[in-house]
Amino acid sequence: MTAPANLGLARWPLGYLATSGPRADPVTALMWGLIGLSLLVITIITISVVWGVIARRSAISPGALEGAPLTSGGAGMMWIYVGMPLTVVALVGSLFWTMAALASVDRPAAVPRLTIDVTGRQWWWEVHYPGPGPEQGFETANEIHIPVGEPVLIRLHGGDVIHSFWVPALSGKTDTIPGRENLAWLQANRAGVYRGQCTEYCGLQHAHMAAFVIAQPRDEFDAWRNNQLKTGVPAATPVTAMGEATFVDRCGKCHAVEGTAANGRGAPNLTHLMTRQTLAAGVLDNNIDNLSGWISDPQAQKPGANMPITFLSGPQLRAVVAYLETLR
Amino acid sequence: MTALRTGDWEDARRPDLARIENDQPGERLQKIWETGPGLKGWFSDVDHKAIGKRYIVTAFLFLILGGLEALVMRVQLGAPNQRLLSPEQYNQLFTMHGISMIFLYASPILTGFSNYLWPLLLGSRDMAFPRLNALSYWIYLASGLFIYAGFVTGHGADDGWFNYVPYASKPYNPGVNMDIYALGLILLGLSTTVGAANFIVTFLRTRAPGMSVNRVPILIWGTLTASVANLLAVPSVSLAFFLLWMDRQFGTHFYDAGKGQPLLWQHLFWMFGHPWVYAIVLPAMGMVSDGLPTFCRRPLVGYTPVALATVSTMALGFGVWVHHMFATGLPNLPLAFFSGASLIITVPSAVAVFAWVATIWTGRPVITTAFLFFASMIVLFVIGGVSGVMTASVPVDWQLTDTYFVVGHLHYVLIGINVFPVVGAIYYWFPKMTGRLMNEALGRWNFWIMFIGFNVGFLPMHTLGLLGMPRRIYTYPAGMGWSVQNLIVSLGSAMFATGVFLTLINVWISRKGGERAGPNPWGAPTLEWSVPSPPPPYNFAVIPLIASRHPLWEAQLDESPARSSLNEGLLLDHGRETIGTSMLDGEPNLILEMPGDSAAPFILTLGLTLMFIGGVLRLWWLAGLGGAICAVALVDWFWPRRVHAGAETSNG
Repeated sequence: MTAPANLGLARWPLGYLATSGPRADPVTALMWGLIGLSLLVITIITISVVWGVIARRSAISPGALEGAPLTSGGAGMMWIYVGMPLTVVALVGSLFWTMAALASVDRPAAVPRLTIDVTGRQWWWEVHYPGPGPEQGFETANEIHIPVGEPVLIRLHGGDVIHSFWVPALSGKTDTIPGRENLAWLQANRAGVYRGQCTEYCGLQHAHMAAFVIAQPRDEFDAWRNNQLKTGVPAATPVTAMGEATFVDRCGKCHAVEGTAANGRGAPNLTHLMTRQTLAAGVLDNNIDNLSGWISDPQAQKPGANMPITFLSGPQLRAVVAYLETLR
Repeated sequence: MTALRTGDWEDARRPDLARIENDQPGERLQKIWETGPGLKGWFSDVDHKAIGKRYIVTAFLFLILGGLEALVMRVQLGAPNQRLLSPEQYNQLFTMHGISMIFLYASPILTGFSNYLWPLLLGSRDMAFPRLNALSYWIYLASGLFIYAGFVTGHGADDGWFNYVPYASKPYNPGVNMDIYALGLILLGLSTTVGAANFIVTFLRTRAPGMSVNRVPILIWGTLTASVANLLAVPSVSLAFFLLWMDRQFGTHFYDAGKGQPLLWQHLFWMFGHPWVYAIVLPAMGMVSDGLPTFCRRPLVGYTPVALATVSTMALGFGVWVHHMFATGLPNLPLAFFSGASLIITVPSAVAVFAWVATIWTGRPVITTAFLFFASMIVLFVIGGVSGVMTASVPVDWQLTDTYFVVGHLHYVLIGINVFPVVGAIYYWFPKMTGRLMNEALGRWNFWIMFIGFNVGFLPMHTLGLLGMPRRIYTYPAGMGWSVQNLIVSLGSAMFATGVFLTLINVWISRKGGERAGPNPWGAPTLEWSVPSPPPPYNFAVIPLIASRHPLWEAQLDESPARSSLNEGLLLDHGRETIGTSMLDGEPNLILEMPGDSAAPFILTLGLTLMFIGGVLRLWWLAGLGGAICAVALVDWFWPRRVHAGAETSNG
């Protein structure tokens, strides 16, 4: 198995101690504030305990405890009288900061021009870009392109079990729950690929359910979008024609390629498969070798995934891959 | 003691006052209270000390199982892209690990200690309902075996201990695994419920004369509070699992996305789950509040604030469950409320922390293994506490939740506030239970290996979480920046497990070879240390008369002229008897006749278990047979028997 290239800007693709965008940044500041406060509290109490034990340590051996002298009284209550007001001040401060951060990430500064429907499924993300009319929308999977610097509204749907949509550098988590529509929004201040991941336990391949947000300058985004709106091109060679026929016959119940008879809705839409960077929700880099390997035995790469072993013959497999290669 | 002579006395017979001389009245009481020989005696035993020890041993076995499951998972996660476990195996392992630790270890171990200690701490001869006590243990054991029966036959629950729907519902999880978990937990809920009721009545009615509520040890407050919480919280989870079972077996639609509501599960589960978290730490905090002062050679600083903090933690604990659901898309207003409540619940915990630190600073700590476990718990508690504050902040939790940060947090809470005090409690009360001290030198190794191993293994989980590692993944790719820290976590976990293993070794060698302990090897203040080690079946030859919070320290502390009377007290030897006292002041007003040994609790448990097996396998005749056995056991349990004159009958 070839692991996919590290699609993410940082050394820690899913880290969130450094973020980009107005949905995440106020939270990151609060997070650092609370980390600092936590370390301070831990330090104070640890020193108090360790120093107290060392400074007040009795010379009596454990065996001589019975009948060892006792004390009472002392100014012990001062610890509570001094400690509690400090605790309450720290907590109330945290509470106000929390509420301020909550309010500031509640909604974007401007009304989002772009809305995307994302549906969590076992174990991939269905991504739908609605158009003004039904015919202008299109569907893709696992990779969400957005224009940089603009707020984007994400409508989250539960396709089967509960999943959670999370792109840490851009936004915290929101669950996708069957029967509910949850809203999230995000905005990337810098162009780049932001890695995401399902974070609600959802079964066998919960570990392999990555999503990628690809933030592009507006013109690049528009170009990508216009390309996605095109339907599949007719097969140009005998091999790709055989590949298309095989695909429609063997794969088309679950997968769709717009403009062909393959119109399944249970698995990722492959109309522009080759514009995507990974396969199987981030398990593999998208290249010919991996694509062949994946199609011939998906269970080896992602055991439990809903895609069965396809039992294509060698020529069939090559033809299908050749056909898929044309889906750009 | 005025009530013995006044109109408040409610009984026909008045107890005699007697003095312990030589072996009197012990010899006579021994005959009355000792358990019969052989297997029948073993299955009929209702002595709280035997039940307590059984609880402790059983809970520790589940701790070992849960620990082994964790170690296998840590091998898998020690490096990226490991294939030691299949996803299904991993999912069953992490689920069973959670169930074992939370349900079958963390709560029962505390129930075990409380069962053993309560009557000794309260100056009573047994729990209020000894047979109910036995029933509580047997059902606990049965439910543990029931749940593990699924696992060993390859049908282990695989949706986490939290068991979210729809993944736990039939379309996504068609096997019997979820039915076993659902019914197993309902069974366990019965055990918890009868146990909790027993603790509450024991607290209200069987404290020694003079032990007013402001004189009970903090452990009593902890277990009492946890018991009240359990009575209120367990019905929620039992209902949740019952509805799930109905959905799965009979096609009802409680949790369907269409006709029902998947989020209903989360509300019902966490309305139970969060109070439960406090129920499995408050008694352990009580152990520290009682044990630490013994070694600091002074009373606990701030008894009243700490007792009140215990109770208020639990009260607030019922108002924070939604902090497990911050990412479910609920509106901001309720999220803000639950965020505030979750932050404020820190206040009573902080009271306890400052009280413990103050006790160290104003006392003269004598360093023993038990002391090290209790004192280190303060630090671990604070680490688990501040990470809890971070997750209480809604927008921060949107990032933290379901990452390893939360795994780190919850292990600092459960290991720091439960396992460390429990191991400390083993060192502290082992001499009382066995008459022998545990080995101190081995104890130091035990402590340091556990403490260092724990922090090496679990501290990096927080940073792994901050670097984005999600929970409940069976493997992870290279290049995520998590590999080195995962290896450290795995090595630290192995070291921690070695430390726990040393505890077992020390228990094993000290059982027979430990130094002999007198009644009070630690010079401790509370009543359990006034009786021989191990205590006789009747606990107290005469029921002591209590005048202060520290009956064994009165002479030295000299806080008031009043003195407890430990060697002269109430002689109750007409049968199995103890004294009933008033709820607040502990004024004696009744002789409580205690039931004798009985196999009915065991038989009842067998019947219940058969009923539940029938429910899983849809063998309704088997369920009916189990019901019939239950009926027979209950008839035997409540069959009126000839008792000595002048006392109320008791079938508890």
